[in-house]
This record gives sequence, structure tokens and C-alpha cells, in this order.
Amino acid sequence: MAKPMEQIKWQELEVGSVVVEVGNAKEYETGTWRSEKPVVNKEQCIKCGVCWLFCPDGCIVKAPEGHFEADLTYCKGCGICAKECPVGCITMISEEE
Amino acid sequence: MDRFSVFSSRLVTKSENFTSGHRACQGCAEALAVRHVMKALGRDTIVAMSTGCMEIISSPLPLTAWKVPWIHNAFENSSAVISGCESGMKAMMRKGRIPQKKINFVAMGGDGATADIGIGPLSGALERGHDMVYICYDNEAYMNTGIQRSSSTPYGASTTTSPAGKVSIGQHTQKKNMPQIAVAHDIPYVATACPSFPFDLIEKVKRAAEMPGGAYVHILSVCPTGWRIQPEDAIKYGRLAIDSCVFPLYEVINGKYRISYTPYKKLTVAEYLKGQGRFRHLTDKDIEKIQAKVDSDYLKILKRCEEDA
Repeated sequence: MAKPMEQIKWQELEVGSVVVEVGNAKEYETGTWRSEKPVVNKEQCIKCGVCWLFCPDGCIVKAPEGHFEADLTYCKGCGICAKECPVGCITMISEEE
Repeated sequence: MDRFSVFSSRLVTKSENFTSGHRACQGCAEALAVRHVMKALGRDTIVAMSTGCMEIISSPLPLTAWKVPWIHNAFENSSAVISGCESGMKAMMRKGRIPQKKINFVAMGGDGATADIGIGPLSGALERGHDMVYICYDNEAYMNTGIQRSSSTPYGASTTTSPAGKVSIGQHTQKKNMPQIAVAHDIPYVATACPSFPFDLIEKVKRAAEMPGGAYVHILSVCPTGWRIQPEDAIKYGRLAIDSCVFPLYEVINGKYRISYTPYKKLTVAEYLKGQGRFRHLTDKDIEKIQAKVDSDYLKILKRCEEDA
């Protein structure tokens, strides 16, 4: 979208409430909901991609080194990746730390 | 599932047609199911979606999480709308207005939209034989509005409109068997799936889209909020539901039953029920009753699969 969501007036919406831009939900950063964040131990990671497969937010991306990391802009901190990781290389740590 | 020789996440489509930034609760397995369904279907897809959790989380007005043409419908008419889309596009292709192309017409709805409110139009669409796929995301109650019971809520579950207490066990009726209702329409393809088994889910959705004629896929989507479990356990409970045969994974291709996953070790229903807040009031006697029902239902499915093997 041309401008931030908060600044859009109702008059500027498309007729019939049509959204013309695809996938623009990316502008809404769900990462701000998080209270715990996943941290990957890169040495332990076997690069299997199970965390990527099970992430409901699709926020896990492959880092250039081959291991998988959560994109903290969208990660809601549900902890599924840490729970499902077969080698247990992901730990959830509190955002405050 | 057994037709796959390799299970590797690397073989799964990388592109996301259901983007991040949607507003599902933490650990929503329904959002995960949609993500995999959209991976399986690809870009040439038109989606009509009923009101429900998935509609409100993916499309708060100026934003949309979808990368495919998507239309929001009232609770009951997603299957009617997608029937119209399919017939319209078919006519346009016949008249040469748009190029000939295989397009997946997909209607989606929650269990309330499928089993309660939209069962009439769904039945009509399946009966008319449109080339469409209906996908039901079954989280076993109206989670969007605050966990009210639906006809898909299992026996014994406590919801806000079927609360458990001294006189009530919670939901006192059995879960409506939607896949069997779909099978009764004699459609080419019916399947049950769960996002805890993503390869199986992707394969089934692909097959449903390939089949000419109507197809119905019933997906059990664990809802941590409504089931009163921890968000990180969402995948685990999906797996437990299948391993305890509460929700058997099977498919029906042209009337022929095939079981797609047999648990290596069949768990008891108690293992699935314990830990879920909505079932915590159940006594051993209630659990025995549920176990007997689950066993008899699973045997029925197994028997049909054996007959058709």
C-alpha cells in the first residue's frame, strides 16, 4: 500500500471493499505480539526444515549458511518450532532477556 | 501417504500463497493447514471462503494474506459462489473470452460453515457435479466468536454454550460425520487430513484438485485457544488424534476406501483427551464410552477399506 494502514481513510477504500494488492498482510507485523522468541543453535541444526514445515505463520526462512531461522518481524512466538525440532536445537527465550 | 518414497521438506513448494502477517492466534494449526493447502494448489486457484476464523484473520479490510483471487462469502454460500465461478469461467473459456486453462476452484469453510450452516448449498454443489474442491477446516467449535458448540464438536467437550458442570457433561451429542455425508453424494474424491501430517495433506489436496468433479477434504485443525492447550502442542495433539484413531486418515476415490495412515502403535483415547482443557471434567467411565465409540467407528472404516482393497 502507498501509505501506512493507520492513515487510510474510509473514502480511499476501493468500491465493494476490494483489496487490489495481493498478500499485503505482510505490512502488518505480527512479531509485536511475541513474548518469547526462538533461538537456533546453528551447530546443532541438521537443516531438515521441519520447523519451516510446521510454522503456522510461515515466518521461518533459510539462512545463507543453510540453517533455518525465524523472521522475527512475523514470529508470534508460539513455540511449535522448538517443540517439533527433532534435534532440539531451538529454544524459546523470553523477550525481556 | 505410502506412495511417497521420500519425505523431505525440501520437496515441498517454497512459494507461499498465504503470506505471513495474518492474525491467527499463536500456534493456530488452521493457519498452518491453509498454508499447506495453498502450497498444494498453486497460483491458478480461485478461493471462496465462508465467514469464520480463517476469513477474519486473513482479510481485515485494507489487508489480505492471500495471493490468489479470493472472495469472502456469508456463512452458508461459499459452495454456491464457487459453483457460479466455475460455471462462469467454463462458459468464458468456451466462448474464447479467456484462454483455456486448468483452474482450481476451491471453497473453504470452518466446521460451522460446513456441518451446520452451509450444508445445504454444499450438498447442492456436490450433487450438481461442479469441478470444485470443498475444504473444511474442522476445529470442532465456532472458535471465531468465542468457542460455541457446533455439530462438529465431539461428545463430552466443554464449550461456552455446552458448559460442563454438575448436570451436564458438556457437548452431549456425537460429532457429525461430515466425510461420510460427502461420501454419500457419490463424488469422485473424499479425504480426511491433518496438518500434523503435511505430506499427506499436500498429496490429498493435489489429488482432490486433479479429480474432475466435486471433491471434499476434511481437515482436522487443532485450535489451542478453544481446545485449552498450549500453543506449542498444536501439532502434537493433531498427531495424537490420528494415533488414537479419533480422527482416522483415509480417502475415498470413486467410492473405493483406502486408509492412508495406520498408527504404528494405536494409542488409547485417554492419551488424546488428557491435557485438553475442554475434556478435563471427563471421568473414567465417560472416557470408556468415548473409547468404545471411537473403536467401533474405526473398525467400520477399516472394514470398508478391507472390502475395497
